[in-house]
Amino acid sequence: MGRSVTNINLPRYKKVNIGDIIIGITIFLISLTCLLPFVHVVAKSLSADAYVIANKVFLWPKELTFDAYAKIFADQSILQSFYVTVIITVLFTILGMIITVCAAYPLSRKQLKGRVALTFLFMFTMYFTGGIIPEYLLINQLGLLDTIWSLVLPGAFSAFNLLILKTSITSTVPVSLEESARMDGAGHFRILWHIVLPITKPILATLSLFYAVGRWNMYQDALFYITYNTELRPLQLKLYYLVVQATESFQLELTQVSTSNPEVLKASIVVFATLPILCIYPFVQKYFVKGVMIGSIKE
Amino acid sequence: MKVKPEVNSKNDSALILVESNRKKGIMHYMRRDWQLYCLLLIPLSFTLVFKYAPLSGLLIAFQDYNIIKGFWASEWVGFEVFRELFSKPAFAQALRNTLLLNILDLLFSFTAPIMLALLLNEIKGNVFKRVNQTLLYLPHFLSWVIIGALAYQLLGLGSGMLNNLIEQMGGTRIPFLQEDNHWLFSYILIGVWQSMGWGTIIYLAAISAVNPELYEAATVDGAGRWRKMWHITLPCIRPTIVTLLILNLGHIMGGSFERVYALQNMATTEYTTIIPILVYRWGLESGDYSSATALGLFQAVIGLILVVLADRMAKRLGEDGIL
Repeated sequence: MGRSVTNINLPRYKKVNIGDIIIGITIFLISLTCLLPFVHVVAKSLSADAYVIANKVFLWPKELTFDAYAKIFADQSILQSFYVTVIITVLFTILGMIITVCAAYPLSRKQLKGRVALTFLFMFTMYFTGGIIPEYLLINQLGLLDTIWSLVLPGAFSAFNLLILKTSITSTVPVSLEESARMDGAGHFRILWHIVLPITKPILATLSLFYAVGRWNMYQDALFYITYNTELRPLQLKLYYLVVQATESFQLELTQVSTSNPEVLKASIVVFATLPILCIYPFVQKYFVKGVMIGSIKE
Repeated sequence: MKVKPEVNSKNDSALILVESNRKKGIMHYMRRDWQLYCLLLIPLSFTLVFKYAPLSGLLIAFQDYNIIKGFWASEWVGFEVFRELFSKPAFAQALRNTLLLNILDLLFSFTAPIMLALLLNEIKGNVFKRVNQTLLYLPHFLSWVIIGALAYQLLGLGSGMLNNLIEQMGGTRIPFLQEDNHWLFSYILIGVWQSMGWGTIIYLAAISAVNPELYEAATVDGAGRWRKMWHITLPCIRPTIVTLLILNLGHIMGGSFERVYALQNMATTEYTTIIPILVYRWGLESGDYSSATALGLFQAVIGLILVVLADRMAKRLGEDGIL
């Protein structure tokens, strides 16, 4: 009995030699560099001030305390920036998806007159744009500076996402299905709503995530457009001012490390800002991989 | 681009019209596909307003633009702004830095995923492989601000973890981010760290498409792991490597504002001034809109030329283009 079990199991395990072990360890060490920074920051954020000031916290918290987090959740401006980010991310994603679908479906129809020219018109924006200043002046002229719309509208259309959706509509929606729908007298709106959208649901989910994560992480436009109305600063920009810029001045005053050490607070803000991404990451990762694969296949 | 008339032969009702299609005016197509054109109105208006309208703003690169006077009242100066721009030392520095950072990125961030993919491919345990991949992809999902913050927490001079560790082991603190040359090194390393895992996806897909019989034959011939990697895997994924390399070459005049801005600090100004940073500084911080626009336009035009050249090159080599 035992023999036969081993016999069945054996072919499943390939021989492991010294080379495999070296490669395994190398990969594992590289992977650790992706994990340890977070472990360190979490440890720091949960430690007592004194240990952090003394530079004694590495990968495990010393004197566990949640003080820093209590301070963050008591800080209106940080919570405010979190809300702002959630709101613009939701608006941006919904708008982006509507625009992308409205562009991708017609452009995937072979019969559409002017399809090539229109596709070029959209794709050209991937390779040549007005750039920082003309875009800033436009937002200024439209009166959108210091409003959340400056963070929602300009980027809501992505030619890259359009390309992905167009490609996948062409490749996944069977022509026969569409033909029969048309025989039954269905117009484009009905075909889009009842056939194309349900079939491309997985890719729509992927693109929504592209939009959402992209918006969540971006801070460049907020830096440009949100200058006076600091209440509208999204989380990433807030984080930049609190942590990255503060680090700078902090480093310059290296010698006078005082009791009011902001290091623990900084660490906890980093954790606070990273946590939403870390929480959804394991679930969305596979959609992203799929998106990359479709993006790399040309029509 | 193909410009032959598109004929929908599958549509029964249109079949009769095919003969006279050439003579149909635009109204015919409008009437037939009005729903499609309606849908297109939304993305079209967005693109025209937010992508094409700014292109007209590029004209201020040929003006002595004054934001109070506005576009119409500002004086036209021809190429004067560009002449001034090219003679500024800051321009030369920004150009050098942009090229320097991108070339170093190409050397390290481009090659790292290839090597990592080759190694990942050798891993036999599926669970172990998946766990590692999940960890390796993670940095791609973080914003540059978070990466910058993490970098300062780990590599900072006064309290960074790595420096604490070095000190505890009896070494002296290293200014990873607070000295120019160290900064350059850290910048590139952080870039490798951020993009390495994610970059393997395409290569792993290419590797998985390699015919397994090639490996079996090589094994029979007594080839070891490294020989198989060198003589089978690498040649088989070469088209992917070449395509991506050319694509990257096309972006050598680009530059991530967010990446540099999140990692720069006052102590390191030598390499941090890349073109987008200078555009921001001149335009939005100092209000010199004309020079900043001219600089941006310079970068965009060279960038476009490079992308088109890269595309031509890829197609000449028989690879898929990017345009």
